[in-house]
This record gives sequence, structure tokens and C-alpha cells, in this order.
Amino acid sequence: MDGAGKVKDVILIGGSAGSLPIVMRLLTGMPPDFSASVIIILHRLKNAASDMDQLLSRIAGIPVEEPDDKTRMERGRVYLAPANYHLLADEEDTISLDYSEPELHSRPSINITFASFAAMYGSRVTALLLSGSNSDGAAGLKAVLEHNGSAVIQDPLDCEYPVMPEYAAVVNPGVTALTVDEIDRLFKSIVL
Amino acid sequence: MSELQEISNTELGEVLYIILQYYGYDFTEYSVASLKRRIGRFMELTETRDIFELKYKLINFKEYFSYFLQTVTVNVTEMFRDPEFYRDLREKVLPTLAAYPIIKIWHAGCSTGEEVYSMCILLKEAGLLNRAYIYATDINPANLAAARSGIIPLSSMKAYTQNYHLSGGTQEFAGYYTARYNNIIIDKSLLKNVIFSRHNLVSESSFNEFQLIVCRNVLIYFNRALQGKIFHLFYNSLAPKSFMALGLKESLISSDIKNQFEVVSAKSKIFKRKM
Ligand SMILES: C[S@@+](CC[C@H](N)C(=O)[O-])C[C@H]1O[C@@H](n2cnc3c(N)ncnc32)[C@H](O)[C@@H]1O
Repeated sequence: MDGAGKVKDVILIGGSAGSLPIVMRLLTGMPPDFSASVIIILHRLKNAASDMDQLLSRIAGIPVEEPDDKTRMERGRVYLAPANYHLLADEEDTISLDYSEPELHSRPSINITFASFAAMYGSRVTALLLSGSNSDGAAGLKAVLEHNGSAVIQDPLDCEYPVMPEYAAVVNPGVTALTVDEIDRLFKSIVL
Repeated sequence: MSELQEISNTELGEVLYIILQYYGYDFTEYSVASLKRRIGRFMELTETRDIFELKYKLINFKEYFSYFLQTVTVNVTEMFRDPEFYRDLREKVLPTLAAYPIIKIWHAGCSTGEEVYSMCILLKEAGLLNRAYIYATDINPANLAAARSGIIPLSSMKAYTQNYHLSGGTQEFAGYYTARYNNIIIDKSLLKNVIFSRHNLVSESSFNEFQLIVCRNVLIYFNRALQGKIFHLFYNSLAPKSFMALGLKESLISSDIKNQFEVVSAKSKIFKRKM
């Protein structure tokens, strides 16, 4: 079921080891006005610095927000899943946070967010799965595709840590694989 | 790889209706997104194949429902969880509370008690424990039983000790409990003014007036409308100029009375009723 409301397209970005530079690149040179809502799920080390939102904001030149629970999503905004919480799509275009058990040792879990947004926003979802060295994300991409959304993986040959996209390709045979340059171009075109 | 069952809104509604009818718990205003996740997880743990089986078992097996309640209402908690929050309590809240002859505190959604034990330690160190009356409530009787026991697995204590010191605690943490085999038991004298009792935030009203209400990581499982109602309940249960503490990711965004509160610590989500 596609929810109505203010949110238009949703772009989900999931990444683990080796993905931070790519996320930075995607957020660099963003158009001042864009209509998509962007959600970023990054696995972080447990004791890593917690000011990732500020770091990304500085680079992007636009605010990257770690949402509180039940934040209403808006167009043209970038949201970053806070460390240690799962991020879910909830009714009325809100974001719910969830502190229940990690999934595949990850919290936030890419699978959980991807599946949740896929069920809520269907074909309005584009999911990008970047570099990483674990198996998170594959089931999430499957859910996105099953709900007629678009799914893209970072080409494992163009990855610092290829395991995550490789595994996603095994679970989702034929899924589109793009280089970082191509993903950047795609992202900048669909975010508008 | 786990693939959670996808549950439709209609199916969810049917399950919640059964729970309300048969057991009297009203989850209809909980967050749809987390409920779906929790129920999916419960079905996975219990190897329940589909919603039909789930509904059948909920209706027919009480123990199945107890386990459902346990799984669906997330119980995770810690002593001195988010040490910075406890530091702010020490520095920004307790000094004000010290002015009251009697200090009444409500822990709403206290789970298995770790948060309450932590509060008692803070109060003791501030010299306020004898004047403090603590009402610790939860919807789940199993949690309350654990909370009353004062028992915690020994394996958790290393992390809790670390939390305690990060929160600004300077005492010997081991002085607050006795170790027994694989568990510890909290010093019962810490809990002498604590009453653990059942209270459902959704359906029950205010029962006292408090100087501090602590409700952390509970509202996160409610939808915006229910959160809004609970903020009224808390407002009406607070004495003027009294404090309310929420979880780190919870806020007053869904409240129509947010202007009635001032912010004491934005980071620790501590608020104060204005008048
Ligand atoms: C995640 S625990 C939070 C424990 C503790 N406050 C903390 O932050 O560590 C959430 C608790 O809320 C309780 N709860 C859920 N719904 C409730 C309701 N309607 N009324 C009272 N308590 C509720 C659950 O039983 C659970 O113990």
C-alpha cells in the first residue's frame, strides 16, 4: 500500500565498511532544492564518534538529520539512522525508531529499513546498496524489488569491501550493478 | 537469513482486536511499524507459520499470549543506560528536588527495574533517598516480578559499573549489591521506598502528583496520537515546575502542549513543566 501525503520519492542508501566516502560523494554537490526524501543507513562501530550527522551536513552543505522518533518526513531532506536504533517507515509519513534486537548483528539494520519503506512506499522507493563486508541489505533489496521499487548495488568490482553487494546479487539475481560514478549520476538525477 | 512475515494493516487490526477482546490490552494505538516488526519477530521465534495460526493460538493458549506480551513490548533496559542522562539528573535535577520535603518520582514503563535501581543509587548519593517515594510501574507483570526481586545476572555488571562511573558516580559500585553464584542482588535498603505496581499508560489515569516523571524508551512504541495523550497524562501528574525525562530519541514533537514545558537538557531529553 502506498501512503499518500507530502513525501514523494524515497531514496534509501545502505552501506557498511568502505561506504562512508561514497555517501560523502553522493551528498556532495546536491542541488539546493530536491524533492526526494533521502534515508541513509550506515553500520557504525559501536564506539565511533557520534557526530556523523554533523560531519555529513558539513560535507553536503545541507542539513543531515538524525531524526527523533515520530519525526515527520519531508521532501528535500536527508535523514541518517541514529546509531543503535532501527529506522522504520510509519503511518502518516513518520519515521519510527526501534530499539529491539539487532538483525544480522546490525542495528541499524539495512534489511529492516529497506523492507519497511518498501512495504509503505512501493514503487516510489529507490534503494542503493553500497560497499560492506557482511550480508545485510540483500533481503531488504529483495523486498524493495517485490514491491516494484528500484534496486541498485555498487558494482563489487568497484568496491573496497565487495561482500555485501556480492551477497545481494546472489539473493537478487540480475540486480543492477553500477560503478560509483554511475551511482552518483543516477542519484543526482533521481533526487530531483 | 531471516525473512520476516509481512503483515497487512487488516491482519494487524484483527490480531490487536483479539488481544483487546480476550486479554484487555489495548495496543491499537501503538506504532504500526514497530508492532509489525515485533509480531513478525514473535512469529519467527515461535515458528508460527501465518496470521491464522497466530490468531488461533492467541485465542486458545494463555502462555502463548504471555510470551507474545513479553516479545512485543520490548523490555531491554540497563542500569545507568545513557550515562550522560544520569549525569544531567545529578547535576540539573536533583539539586532542585532537594528543596522538597518529600520527593515523589514516577518511573513509567520501568521494565525489570534497572532504571529504578539506578535512580535509588543517585538519590542515596545525593542524600535524598529517605525523603523520596518512588512509584515504578509497568504494563507487564513478569517485568514487575523481576524488578521486585532485585536480581540481575552477574554478566551484566561489568557494563553497568562502567555506565555508573561514566555517569559521574565515584563510589565503589560493588557496595550496592551482593553477588550470589551467577547473579547479583541489589541492596534491599536501596529499595525500601519503592513501590512496584501495575499500571497501563494507555487506559489508566494519573494517580498522584510528582516532582519527577521518568518515562524512557516507552513512548517510542506508541503512535503520535497516543504519545500526545500520554503527554497530557504526564502534564497532569506533574506538580508545577517539576521534571519529565524521556528517552534520548523521544521528543515532544507529537505533543500539542509542548509549549507548556521548557527544556532542561535537549540532549538528555529532560523537560520541566512551566507552571
Ligand atoms: C524498552 S522498556 C524501557 C525500560 C526503561 N524505562 C529503560 O529505558 O531502560 C519499555 C517498557 O515499557 C513497558 N510498556 C509498554 N507499554 C506500556 C503501557 N501501555 N503502559 C505501561 N508500560 C508499558 C514495557 O512492558 C517495557 O517494560
